[in-house]
Amino acid sequence: MSEEKGPRVEMATPFDPRAAILAPGHTYASITDKISALVLTRRTPRGWFLGFTIAFLLLMLLLFTAAYLLATGVGIWGVTVPVGWGFDIINFVWWIGIGHAGTLISAILLLLRQRWRTSINRFAEAMTLFAVACAGLYPLLHMGRPWLFYWLLPYPNTMGTWPQPRSPLVWDVFAITTYATVSFLFWFIGLIPDLATLRDRARRRFWRILYGFLAMGWRGSARHWARYEMAYLLLAGLATPLVVSVHTVVSFDFAISIIPGWHATIFPPYFVAGAIYSGFAMVVTLAIPLRKFYELEDFITMKHLDNMAKIMLATGLIVGYGYMMEAFMAWYSGNPYERYMILNRLRGPYAPVYWALLVCNVGVLQALWSARVRRNVRALFAIALVVNVGMWLERFVIVVTSLHRDFLPSSWGMYRPTIFDWTMFLGSIGLFLTLMFLFIRLLPVISIFEMRALLPETAPTPGGGTMRPAEAPTTS
Amino acid sequence: MAQIFHRSTNLIARVSILGAVFIIAAVTWALAALNRSPYVTQVGVAREQPVPFSHKHHVKQLGIDCRYCHTSVEEGRFAGIPPTETCMTCHSQIHATSPMLEPVRESWRTNRPIPWTRVYDLPDFVYFDHSIHVKKGVACVTCHGPVDEMPLVWKASTLHMEWCLECHRQPERYIRPREYVFRTDWAPREDQRELGRRLVREYKIDRPERLTDCSVCHR
Repeated sequence: MSEEKGPRVEMATPFDPRAAILAPGHTYASITDKISALVLTRRTPRGWFLGFTIAFLLLMLLLFTAAYLLATGVGIWGVTVPVGWGFDIINFVWWIGIGHAGTLISAILLLLRQRWRTSINRFAEAMTLFAVACAGLYPLLHMGRPWLFYWLLPYPNTMGTWPQPRSPLVWDVFAITTYATVSFLFWFIGLIPDLATLRDRARRRFWRILYGFLAMGWRGSARHWARYEMAYLLLAGLATPLVVSVHTVVSFDFAISIIPGWHATIFPPYFVAGAIYSGFAMVVTLAIPLRKFYELEDFITMKHLDNMAKIMLATGLIVGYGYMMEAFMAWYSGNPYERYMILNRLRGPYAPVYWALLVCNVGVLQALWSARVRRNVRALFAIALVVNVGMWLERFVIVVTSLHRDFLPSSWGMYRPTIFDWTMFLGSIGLFLTLMFLFIRLLPVISIFEMRALLPETAPTPGGGTMRPAEAPTTS
Repeated sequence: MAQIFHRSTNLIARVSILGAVFIIAAVTWALAALNRSPYVTQVGVAREQPVPFSHKHHVKQLGIDCRYCHTSVEEGRFAGIPPTETCMTCHSQIHATSPMLEPVRESWRTNRPIPWTRVYDLPDFVYFDHSIHVKKGVACVTCHGPVDEMPLVWKASTLHMEWCLECHRQPERYIRPREYVFRTDWAPREDQRELGRRLVREYKIDRPERLTDCSVCHR
């Protein structure tokens, strides 16, 4: 690491608790102790068992629904003509979008040298992986015969054909498998030095072997570090275009078609902004309970929450602009179908959903202009939850309102999700949370070695005395 | 602290990284090979039948036409499995007491069809019609192989989609004049490509782009 550059300019200024990305008073040892203790020595809190139980029950609900689906067919869902894409595509887009924050934090913020990413990147990347896993479920199960999923891959098959390269659904396959692979590699490579720390600190032989196996022989030599840094940077470079490309391809699923409300050139940027928006909302939703229950306020400081709130505000405004442009283009194009589509959203049978989405995604968001709200942990948590809901509603509006009334009034219809749509959705949340709980219990949620690299910035504060006890401001 | 892993682990790790590439390639190759092997496709595997009916005997030695038994091949989707009555037209007189033919006589007495084992079974999601193929000059033996050489019938083609497309993409390589469709011993006297191209024009066979549309077979 290249941290030894002598005193930095900020150090001369008095310590400002609101700007700290690591609370003062920590040493190399205390950081390692505190983070690795979550996995190795601290007793598993009761809340963890409670949360894991709930998440696991929801996961069982998913397995039950999936089993019933495979035995019966996609007819158990509410999808039918004319709305052939229901909850499965809504949830797919929603989950994929959530994943984007992790990639943005890990890749783009790394390349931009945003050092505040350090304490949130690990669990944001884990969140990305788990969200992609949840997202991947839906198209697979929607296929009806998921065991034939490999037909989507270009391999020398007995059918004498290749996957249709003109279909954005095939692009999806590539976009998402690439995304999952790169995200996994990024996350895993970032974990290696910490896995080695866990290996060295674990007391039981089983865990030493397990962490040692995963650490792949990491010894922390200068050569290891040099190669590690290079690999990490290269992967960050590889992952950066993915932040933009994956949701662009997902938006093509809609934009390439000629359905009013889908066939719009604004879709790719508007989807990408929406993805980052919902992703950061999810990171905030996860970070706030995590720092509270595991007393990680020293590491995930108010500065982090404030920064994430600002990103939510910025991307949320882009999404709001997207909504405006959809309405404007419907009027400006003079296309009667487009115009009808917007009027149907505003006044049709699904109008409450559209208005709710505007309130959640654009209305409530405006509170984040205020620094007081951004530093109020409870308010921020509530807003993040509302945005999560709002982004889900947005996908509902896009998928359903455009399909249920297309060009021919004779083919109009309504979409009503069945109980199995809901159990599938709740179940995927269960899958996500189960993986998240296991991750928190088994791996360091915050990057230990990267946090240690932040130390030279916070340890000696010439203005306000050194090594003060942790006093990160918390309002919760 | 003692080392957790033995020194040799380093070598195993390196070998496994290199080996992973070969293992993945080998598994893919093995699966592809298995998928095309007679073990899966049953090509070339003679099937047991309730009565050991020999096409070789009936077609080659006796010279019975395909259509004598497979009556609907020119008009219908399905070529037709002959009813017991067809067998009995001859076997009520010839080999009328042969023990080998007892299942046929039993079927005749009890009025229950003989449960033949199906050799060519296309998946239900494929629409296939014998009549159009026969009318456009695809011979029986082109798909079913030298039936006149088979004591017990075996599958001569995989029925894989790549096999269907092989002909739909270039029908001129496989078709023959209509009048020779039921012949087992026919061979072109001119260049097959030339003949094929002429017949494609003459029989108004669609161009490959149309013949390979998904909806031609998957309706």
